[in-house]
Amino acid sequence: MKLTNRSKIVSNKEMTFSEKLYIPAIASGMVTTIKHLFKKKVTVQYPEQLRPMAPVYRGLHVLKRDDAGAERCTACGMCAVACPAEAITMQSAERKKGEEKLYREEKYAAIYEINMLRCIFCGLCEEACPKEAIFLTDRLVDTEYNRQNFVYGKDKLVEKMDNRVDVNKRQTIDVTAFKLATDTKHNELFSAKKIESKSHH
Amino acid sequence: MTTYIIFKLILVLVLFAVTLGVAMYATYGERKVAAFLQDRIGPNRAGPFGLLQPIADGAKMFMKEEIIPNVSNKWLFILGPCIAITTALLTGAAIPWGNVININGANYSVQVADLNIGILYIFAVVSLGVYGIMIGGWASNNKYSLLGAVRASSQMISYELSMGLCIIAIVMMTGSASLNDMALQQNGSVWNIVPQAFGFILFLTCALAECNRAPFDLAECETELIGGYHTEYSSMKLGFYLFAEYINMFISAALISTLYFGGYDIPFVNDGDLSTNLAATLQVITMLGKTFFFIFVFMWIRWTLPRFRYDQLMKLGWNYLLPLAILNLVWTAVYVMFIQPLI
Repeated sequence: MKLTNRSKIVSNKEMTFSEKLYIPAIASGMVTTIKHLFKKKVTVQYPEQLRPMAPVYRGLHVLKRDDAGAERCTACGMCAVACPAEAITMQSAERKKGEEKLYREEKYAAIYEINMLRCIFCGLCEEACPKEAIFLTDRLVDTEYNRQNFVYGKDKLVEKMDNRVDVNKRQTIDVTAFKLATDTKHNELFSAKKIESKSHH
Repeated sequence: MTTYIIFKLILVLVLFAVTLGVAMYATYGERKVAAFLQDRIGPNRAGPFGLLQPIADGAKMFMKEEIIPNVSNKWLFILGPCIAITTALLTGAAIPWGNVININGANYSVQVADLNIGILYIFAVVSLGVYGIMIGGWASNNKYSLLGAVRASSQMISYELSMGLCIIAIVMMTGSASLNDMALQQNGSVWNIVPQAFGFILFLTCALAECNRAPFDLAECETELIGGYHTEYSSMKLGFYLFAEYINMFISAALISTLYFGGYDIPFVNDGDLSTNLAATLQVITMLGKTFFFIFVFMWIRWTLPRFRYDQLMKLGWNYLLPLAILNLVWTAVYVMFIQPLI
């Protein structure tokens, strides 16, 4: 059966005298390599020179704050459920009086950890998040000398107000609309459940 | 006489330093050439253009843990790299790097020892070098090392024959086995590469095999034998083996320049027109230039050609190179008898 158009019929023909000499083949090989001596080098000198990154690159996560500076995350755990690598753990806590400026809603994540060694940067946490709190960014996870340091807590994940992370490329109007739409495939189960629960009443 | 001895001693020291320096920077050159032939940049972090890389590598070699396997024969295990590096360093003595230097009215040859059997001496010392590999491989008590050693020795023995025959052709043309005579004879006349072009290709092939370099690096082919004869070696002992290999390459390149490319002869210039010392300086530079070019050729070949299979290697050595070398000998005899008198 022919699988591709690239297959080649192998022949076991005897080599001709000039082929047996190998000298012409060697010479042409040497010419090929010497040509490469003068070609443009493809090396990217990493720390000094960066390759352009895709605007929707899925790198290090960020836990967003709203414009007033309150954390958006409510520790609902949808991201942890969605995570195929089981990299996310969290502990919720109830917002106390006077913490309204810190946390957007009455429940918040007291501990929120992502194990960067487990994470596969698939972006499902971001997709699952109903509060637009977690996003993947075009930043990279730093290298570390021990495994424990790869477990990123809130200190590293929550964005700083004086150094906000722009996620506009990932949180476009289209994406938001897509997330909310009930008639599309990804919300089918959700909307079916809704309809079911409605019919029960 | 005292000046003579002091001059020779200085020359020995300089040659020793230059040989080691060239071997050191040949490792850097090898990596740069490999990188450039593969569209990469190569080492460039240690110092400007990575020029301190060999020093960093050397320091690494010294600081690594020294491991001598329990089951090995300890004395032979240590002796192996010693022989390899010693024989490699000995060969440079007979290479003529220039004609003569004039100091206080007396002429001194820029050659450590102008032996009347210089080429035989080099040949003999290089042959001894295989003992370093054999002993090291045997003493390691490791099957890969042993296989590498066996391959290296049989390969060297096979290719020494054809190499010797190529050298005999050169000796026939010169009428002397002294390397300085060979260089002088080509000086101002046609270089040996013209009548001996065929012999040159044979000699180059054999030289690659003698240096255990790709495409004949079967003694240490990583893909089959882990590291070949130096599998069990670590630290500076491994460094000595690798160093010996690069020194051998340097000497081979120098030998090729001397035998086929006029040695220290400066092309398009009549050396006799210059003052003795200026001529000697330029000659040394020319000789080193030619040598470096052939080192580059060695590297160029390494990063172009794939490795031979072992049976192909033996077949090439015995079935093709040996008869061709004999044929070359016949051609040389005809040349010396009938064509040379006409020129």
